[in-house]
Amino acid sequence: MDETLLKVEGLQTSFFTDDGEVPAVDGIDFSVHEGEILGIVGESGCGKSVTSLSIMGLLPSPPGKIVGGHIYYKGEDISRAKESRMRKLRGNDIAMIFQEPMTSLNPVFTIGEQLMEAIRLHNHLSKKEQVERSIELLKLVGLPRAKELLAEYPHELSGGMRQRVMIAMAMSCNPKVLIADEPTTALDVTIQAQILDLMVKLNKETHTAIIMITHDLGVVAQMCHRVVVMYAGKIVEEGPVKEIFSHPNHPYTEGLIKSIPDLHGKKDNLYTIKGSVPRPGSIAKGCLFAPRCEFVMDKCRVNAPELSGSVHKSRCFLHQEQGRKEVHT
Amino acid sequence: MFYYSIKRLLMLIPVLLGMTLIVFAIIHAIPGNPALTILGTKATPEAIHSLNRSLGLDNPWYVQYFSYLKDILSGNLGTSIQTHAPIASEIWPHLAATIELSFIAMIIAVFVGINAGIISAWKQNSFLDYTAMILALIGVSMPVFWLGLLEQWGFSIKLQWLPSIGRDDIRNGVDPITNLYLIDTLLRGRLDQFWMVIRHLILPAIALATIPTAIIARMTRSSMLEVLKSDYIRTAKAKGQRMVWIVYKYALKNAFIPILTVIGLQTGLLLGGAILTETIFGWPGVGLYIYNAIQYRDYPVIQSGILIIAFIFVMVNFIVDLLYGLFDPRIKYR
Repeated sequence: MDETLLKVEGLQTSFFTDDGEVPAVDGIDFSVHEGEILGIVGESGCGKSVTSLSIMGLLPSPPGKIVGGHIYYKGEDISRAKESRMRKLRGNDIAMIFQEPMTSLNPVFTIGEQLMEAIRLHNHLSKKEQVERSIELLKLVGLPRAKELLAEYPHELSGGMRQRVMIAMAMSCNPKVLIADEPTTALDVTIQAQILDLMVKLNKETHTAIIMITHDLGVVAQMCHRVVVMYAGKIVEEGPVKEIFSHPNHPYTEGLIKSIPDLHGKKDNLYTIKGSVPRPGSIAKGCLFAPRCEFVMDKCRVNAPELSGSVHKSRCFLHQEQGRKEVHT
Repeated sequence: MFYYSIKRLLMLIPVLLGMTLIVFAIIHAIPGNPALTILGTKATPEAIHSLNRSLGLDNPWYVQYFSYLKDILSGNLGTSIQTHAPIASEIWPHLAATIELSFIAMIIAVFVGINAGIISAWKQNSFLDYTAMILALIGVSMPVFWLGLLEQWGFSIKLQWLPSIGRDDIRNGVDPITNLYLIDTLLRGRLDQFWMVIRHLILPAIALATIPTAIIARMTRSSMLEVLKSDYIRTAKAKGQRMVWIVYKYALKNAFIPILTVIGLQTGLLLGGAILTETIFGWPGVGLYIYNAIQYRDYPVIQSGILIIAFIFVMVNFIVDLLYGLFDPRIKYR
């Protein structure tokens, strides 16, 4: 994990609605290195997907707009790049797979047409080479009958197969970064595991860095190297996966870990974090998590903590002062 | 697909039979005695009786219906009361004139309508969108006879750019082969006449195209708006595809089913004789032919005209049905 491929600096993305500006992503920093799998976790509405769409330059605009910060790809600021430049990067350098495999493929074109288009857009290959490459890709993602599949339409495939096709399409030009926005949420559990295994395998074989966006910490534990925990548009904790799981610093991360169902546990009720994610921009001052925090202190309601630490960073006063365990005892 | 086509074709039989029955019934519901009309009021009862017998009008209605059906199937549409000529041969030049005009009008309507609809959807809520949709609203609401008169006044009388009436110049008439003048002039190698025929087509075709253009534009816009929001459009963008390509290739093919339905219905309506447009522009089409027949109470002509129009309408929709499968593979024909 040497070279930094993608660096997000102080990214702020807002949606301009009739009720005014809603900051969906509010000043986040993180970076992705070559060959790394970075997890971005958080509840629905915390800004995970908006972050990924901001990177791709695919925000629905209007109403969405990047209002501050920078996104560097190999040192080039792409947050304000021209559309023509972004088109060259999309699919070729940074590829993306989406949450909904059922609706993400065009229903009126064959798998072959859609795959070959992705290949053709960034490579000069003959028709025959395109077909060969497509078959190779379908085999790479573990689809049987690759040749016949090319002539089939998306509705003839199952959800898992379609997601494999989506992955094949994303991998078609050997991207440096693959953004996976909840790729397994819409699939059933056994298929989920297969798709995750496939992504880990691709990461190992092709050294493509993966940004894994998910709300499922189990997925993070299974495949990611590092993880970024987002809450209400901000990063609350960041660090190596093992470190975060063994010593979560932020009460929110701790809550997320505690709420994973444990097969060996004897508890009847699963742990829940009380309350729900605040609407972006609705908390004017103090820590965004304060209203739901078990360890809330007076100053949490007045001042907002900064993200601090070197490798394992967190945004919580508990850690910046005494360290967590003392407070506990 | 092949079996579906055959099945769908067989299903047309009851539709067409029903159609002939209705046309037959309408004519028989009209009060008055044909023999009396033909022979005049001074005819003797004997003469009327013998004419009724020779026309087969003394038979029960179902016998008359079957002999009518037999005539149609053998291509005999009867004789015009007005001209005493067989309708089957008389109606074709009129039908050809209507087909030619409708075809050009539909080309304009499809081209302009689809593009206007696409641009409106693509640049939703922009100045272009509002302009296109206001024009479409005016297009649907404007009476064709008024637009036609306006065109004649502006382009024929004031500017003198285009002829206002007919299919060709009286002193430079087209020598018909198929009666589709665009084809005939080319077959005879008369490019000057081909150009003349086009000049005659422009004004009536535009008048005739207004309403279909507006309807197609509005249908395209709403259908495209829905498609452009879908996930697979986002996927295409994520591949790095150009927006123009996404809109015209990916989105349009998905949005095309409802547009195709509208195109089919409008084509059927235009072929059914645009009586107003044809009357204003002196276009010798089926519309004008039937209009004249109505004025002379030429029942056999009216009957055959309605039958042919209904037949064309059914066939156009049959073709549209078959085309659905071409645009959407999810439509399974069983």
